[in-house]
Amino acid sequence: MRRLFLLPAVMAGFIAAASVTPAHADTATAVVGSLGPLTTGQQVYQHVCQGCHMPDGKGAMGAGAGFPAFAGDQKLLNTGYPIYIVLNGHGDMPWFSGMLSDKQIADVINYIRSSFGNHFPGKVTPEEVAAMKPTITMEDN
Amino acid sequence: MTDETQRQAPTRRQMLTRIGVLAGSAGLYQAMTSLGHAMGTDFTGPPNLSGAKKGTRIVVLGAGLAGLLAAYELRKAGYTVQVLEFQNRGGGRNISLRGGDTLTELGGATQKVNFAPGNYINPGPWRIPYHHQGLLHYCQQFGVALEPFLQLNHNAYVHSSNAFDGKPVRYREYASDFFGYTAELIAKSIDQHKLDDAMTPDELAQMASAMRAWGGLNAEGKWAKGASSSLRRGFDKPQGGGMTGAPTYSDVFPRSEILKAHAWNDISFFERLDMQTTMFQPVGGMDNIGKGFMRQVHDIVRLNAKVSAIHQNDQGVQIQWNDMANGGAAQTTEADYCVCTIPLPILSQLDIQVSGPMKAAIAAVPYASSVKLGLEFKRRFWEEDEQIYGGISFTDQQISQISYPSAGTFTKGPAVLLGGYMFGPAAYDFAGMTPQERIENALKQGQKIHAQYRKEFSNGVSLAWSRMPWTLGCCSMWSEQARKAHYKDLVAIDNRIVLAGEHASYIGCWQEGAILSSLDAISRLHKRAMGAA
Repeated sequence: MRRLFLLPAVMAGFIAAASVTPAHADTATAVVGSLGPLTTGQQVYQHVCQGCHMPDGKGAMGAGAGFPAFAGDQKLLNTGYPIYIVLNGHGDMPWFSGMLSDKQIADVINYIRSSFGNHFPGKVTPEEVAAMKPTITMEDN
Repeated sequence: MTDETQRQAPTRRQMLTRIGVLAGSAGLYQAMTSLGHAMGTDFTGPPNLSGAKKGTRIVVLGAGLAGLLAAYELRKAGYTVQVLEFQNRGGGRNISLRGGDTLTELGGATQKVNFAPGNYINPGPWRIPYHHQGLLHYCQQFGVALEPFLQLNHNAYVHSSNAFDGKPVRYREYASDFFGYTAELIAKSIDQHKLDDAMTPDELAQMASAMRAWGGLNAEGKWAKGASSSLRRGFDKPQGGGMTGAPTYSDVFPRSEILKAHAWNDISFFERLDMQTTMFQPVGGMDNIGKGFMRQVHDIVRLNAKVSAIHQNDQGVQIQWNDMANGGAAQTTEADYCVCTIPLPILSQLDIQVSGPMKAAIAAVPYASSVKLGLEFKRRFWEEDEQIYGGISFTDQQISQISYPSAGTFTKGPAVLLGGYMFGPAAYDFAGMTPQERIENALKQGQKIHAQYRKEFSNGVSLAWSRMPWTLGCCSMWSEQARKAHYKDLVAIDNRIVLAGEHASYIGCWQEGAILSSLDAISRLHKRAMGAA
């Protein structure tokens, strides 16, 4: 798991994987795979979010449960809500505090609030994200 | 794992150290065994429940291993058991994909598996450590044939984009050089009296001997080209017979390349208890375990049952579900108790009548994203061309690893390998791709390790666990904070409902976690049911 974490020079601008990698179990612990630099909100969305929320931001429905859509979601109006959810996770959704940088989180929230037909006013800054950042530690057992 | 009570009392390790000092190592082993430590997980045997009150009904939600085992043991104890399962198959995440299978994921993409007859990929669990005695016990009891799973292969590859010109090197070469250079450094430091403060003269002498033996150093205490290094990392011209049989030694890699490769985790990986040999796999596909479990209870499993609500009061539980095999017709099942093994991503969105703390716990455990790819090639080029028989090659690319089939070695014809197995960022990325893009990326990355990839490729399939409608993720991802705040509330019996599954264990993401969680849950539930008037 720590393989990427131990590459500080290469990791600059990359997603640091250590804090979100399952540290136990049949999870190929040493090898989580890397991601290229994600410098825009759209890139973060495509490489991290759309695996669940889908490329069109419409979410999906499974066995009586699913992933929420972003289009027209009024919970996005107050920026504190998406910042909190991305940092802390929510139900099935993992936390991204420690995996995405403050800027990447701000970028992707700004992208979601202005895409998929959304036009929510205002912008999230990395400083606002930093101010809300929790400490969440992946269990190592 | 530390908690408050362990801090005050002597820890198990402190106690064992004391026993070791007093009784010697034989006494230590005996003590460890009686403390249950040397045997792996804390499985001690099947629960042997009995004497259930006639007519007491238990409904089990989910027909994965936890649910099926609960049904089996509870029926044996005398309960009237009914299992409700969303899928049209039992086994849950215990699954294998074969030619003719169809896989539809959230978002609508459908893949048809085109593997040749007999070939398969295990896109979920794929190996069983020797110490997962609970699962192994039931495999034996239910007649599931097991065979060795080849885990560590010294002739497989280590690949780093940043070293060795981006070319793969053999695990034995990398590991031997890594150990050799490390041993040389310590031996040299001892020689130059740099460790005199750290150890007694006796220890220094022993350590110097140890480093020579462990690292394979030559007579000068060096890791260098010669017999001792080639006998570990391999020869340039291998040992032969007769006139031309003399080997030539291989060059060791420069130390700078060994460090640049950052591949020491590929070595330490196999030292983790979870990853140590011996590993096992079911003959013919992992889903033979699920099928073996299903054989025991198939008559009480209702497939295609989509649960929508789990209600309870002091008299019993009431499950509302839709019969998806009959146009979604609304159904209700009543019982005295409920064992719920529904994965938390689903359960957290259902109407479930449990206490606030359990509800909070259900919503506090996210599931990891994971992607696996099965690639079929026209021939076993990794065996025929590269003498790789099972095991794992590691890469720092997104696919993370390539694992070669443990079964069918030396056979002709098409074979399936694991073309990528990802968690974390790479899994998020691959899950967001179309199935075609996943295969293309796996081929592009894999061919940096095996040049034969494009020429020999036949077909492939990918499974992105976050897009499976029935789990919405691979397995539980506990943070230290969530474990502390919510674990006990998750596993406690809530009036008439108890949860079970890998998520309700300390062996998360492993099948053994589902087994042990299930046994613990039903043992407690049985006690509760026996005690209730």
